[in-house]
Amino acid sequence: MSAYGIDKRHHTLTVLVENKPGVLARVAGLFARRGYNIFSLAVAPSDDARFSRITIVVDVESAPLDQIVKQLDKLIPVVSITELAPSAARERELLLVTVEVSPETRGQVIQLVGVFEGKIIDVGHDRLTVMLAGSPTKVDDFEDLIRSYGIVELQRTGRVALPMLERSDDRSNLSAKVLGFANHTEKAG
Amino acid sequence: MDPREMTGAQALIKSLEMQRVEVMFGLPGGAILPVYDPIIDSSIRHILVRHEQGAGHMAQGYAQVTGRPGVAIVTSGPGATNIVTPLADAYMDSTPLVVITGQVATSSIGSDAFQESDTTGITMGITKHNWLVTDANDIPRVVAEAFHVATTGRPGPVLIDMPKDIAQASMEWYWPEPSDLDLPGYHPVTRGDPELVREAAEMMLAAERPVIYAGGGILKARASEGLRELSERTGIPVVTTLMARGCFPDSHPLCLGMPGMHGNYTAVTAMQRSDLLIALGSRFDDRVTGRVDAFAPEAKVIHVDIDPAEHHKVRRADVAIVGDCRLVIDELLMALDSLGLPHSDATRVGSGGTPSDAAPGAPAVPGSSAASFPRDRVDLWRAKLGEWQIRFPLVYAQTDAPGELKPQFVLETLRDATPDDTIVASGVGQHQMFASQWWKFDYPNTWINSGGLGTMGFAVPASIGAKVGRPDKMVWAVDGDGCFQMTAQELVTASSERIPVKIALLNNAYLGMVRQWQEMFYEERYSEVYLSPDLPDYVGWAESMGCIGIRVESPEEVGPAIDKANSIDDRPVVIDFRTDASEKVYPMVAAGASNDEIIVDPSLMRGDN
Ligand SMILES: Cc1ncc(C[n+]2csc(CCOP(=O)(O)OP(=O)(O)O)c2C)c(N)n1
Ligand SMILES: [Mg+2]
Repeated sequence: MSAYGIDKRHHTLTVLVENKPGVLARVAGLFARRGYNIFSLAVAPSDDARFSRITIVVDVESAPLDQIVKQLDKLIPVVSITELAPSAARERELLLVTVEVSPETRGQVIQLVGVFEGKIIDVGHDRLTVMLAGSPTKVDDFEDLIRSYGIVELQRTGRVALPMLERSDDRSNLSAKVLGFANHTEKAG
Repeated sequence: MDPREMTGAQALIKSLEMQRVEVMFGLPGGAILPVYDPIIDSSIRHILVRHEQGAGHMAQGYAQVTGRPGVAIVTSGPGATNIVTPLADAYMDSTPLVVITGQVATSSIGSDAFQESDTTGITMGITKHNWLVTDANDIPRVVAEAFHVATTGRPGPVLIDMPKDIAQASMEWYWPEPSDLDLPGYHPVTRGDPELVREAAEMMLAAERPVIYAGGGILKARASEGLRELSERTGIPVVTTLMARGCFPDSHPLCLGMPGMHGNYTAVTAMQRSDLLIALGSRFDDRVTGRVDAFAPEAKVIHVDIDPAEHHKVRRADVAIVGDCRLVIDELLMALDSLGLPHSDATRVGSGGTPSDAAPGAPAVPGSSAASFPRDRVDLWRAKLGEWQIRFPLVYAQTDAPGELKPQFVLETLRDATPDDTIVASGVGQHQMFASQWWKFDYPNTWINSGGLGTMGFAVPASIGAKVGRPDKMVWAVDGDGCFQMTAQELVTASSERIPVKIALLNNAYLGMVRQWQEMFYEERYSEVYLSPDLPDYVGWAESMGCIGIRVESPEEVGPAIDKANSIDDRPVVIDFRTDASEKVYPMVAAGASNDEIIVDPSLMRGDN
């Protein structure tokens, strides 16, 4: 069973947060104390230096998505939250793996990397380091196949995602749902 | 020297003055020393507590009676950890607090320096937000942000952690404009969505067994008047939760009193049988709902709360309105206008009547053109409620037997001997439930207790803070002997600051509430609940703390002792009421049981009433 396959349990939240010390601890702490499961988490600066973007894949079986989103939104440094259902997201993940190779298997591994459109980024006497970016399922599949050659070390980044774009023939509801409550926002005062 | 140049410490105190802080509660120490120096020259009154927990609860009591944020100031490390309990308490009960903690110098943070603790880390989950100040120039802005966050939206405690070197550093004074606040992620919604409000109003008119379930949010939003109008115009009865006692007058014929684990039969059962719960600033706490899947099974739910995360958290709402209770109630009233609901006819709900005598034969709304409004249907419902009120009242029996002074008798006597707007602060335990049940709360913000966290020791310091906030009012604490022993030292604070609070100590020689559970659910196997009636000697202890101490052992001493206490206004008074340990709080819904399984006082089942 793939750990990362498209399934209904895992929703992606793209959370724009203030770029201040301790914000990740606040987000992670909220998940821990309310018993929400994080499936994967990626943090990166955004295009605006004041904000960072945290991409969290949450397990909606641990708590209703609505609760997770609203509790997150209560954190003061959380600016906005975009929720992507599995079917509405373009998700990508990066994998780096160092794999053992012998004279016999080297060619097979290189071929496999070629089929998956990965890249060999380092070469040793009996090892190769491979980089692969792709959808979580593709990365899962590659990981499964490469495993038999002997994995020395492997790292995955966790997912990042953007909403699927609308197409002319499909203007349905695939676009992202923004839950910043910003649509009817009003400063208290 | 440029008059705008000052130290971070001076800027902090000046910022508090700009926020019109009139009093703060605290205790100094190494890391906060620089901040204590400018306090000498400040207009802000500082009340020196004897334990930092006291400072936090005093700030809570102050905040609850004034509606303004309470301010506490303590040192780093143990000072900060001592105030963790009040922060957690204020977080649960949405009390606006601004707590300032000292911190070791920025260069020492993370080095396990003397009296270092990760205060922002420790308090992250029990504050609405906290700040570690790392630049003295940020101080005015951070203080302004802290007060804004604490008091707007769903109120709550915030904390500012102030490293010693930042307090000593120099900065150039400024005061931020509202637009200078750096809170891009904080925009509380205060007005309800008009469509949802209209839908809610229609549901209210269509319901046959509606109940308004009023919570602490009514008090936070100062929505008592609106609530009263809403109830009177629709004829819908109101339950007031432990956090909301007094938000709707207990003497009002539409008031059903407190629901929940120790709520009265009618309030509990009205919710159970209701077809529409109108939850206003309440959060479906487990102490109110009992077993959630058996709670109010036939009710549709309208849920108004300023915190969207409360919606659907425990109970799915049919209509969930995000907004401030006062504004949303006003919107509801306007929606009811536009649906043709006539304005209230005072005769129907005039004071003095009871629902039972107002209900069955009550005339139809005179000249009502609102055919849609089912006054008579709600009348039937109220008739039913009136029957329950008669059948299942709160009861106790005071006897003449020695050693059987009933806590309820003490509370009734106290209630009748004090002004109607007396502020009552309570601890946690049986005495708290008795106080909530037997007092008549007719004014908002006169009942102060630790509802969500249930913090023993809350009463004494909270009553002191309340008296500081409302020196014009009489303030009584109703406390248990167990609770009293946790924070009694603050009576030294009260004596030395001349804060004349009065303490009714319901001394049953037990951790009574725990004893009650052991009696009922652990086959009377009493484990570690006995305290002793006279160790400590409460009267002697009170006097050693500068209070007047009075001991009361029999019913006929109760009235005179209270009269004496009421006549003393220059120091605190403690009355040690030796009460009957065997008295239990009824009604009761056992933990995890359905509210349908409410246990009423056994005498009602025997029919001796
Ligand atoms: C700080 C704290 N510790 C423990 C408890 C659990 N507890 C709830 S009520 C209670 C007994 C309180 O005893 P007392 O103050 O004498 O009040 P009584 O119930 O006898 O009226 C205890 C121990 C608590 N609520 N708070
Ligand atoms: Mg006791």
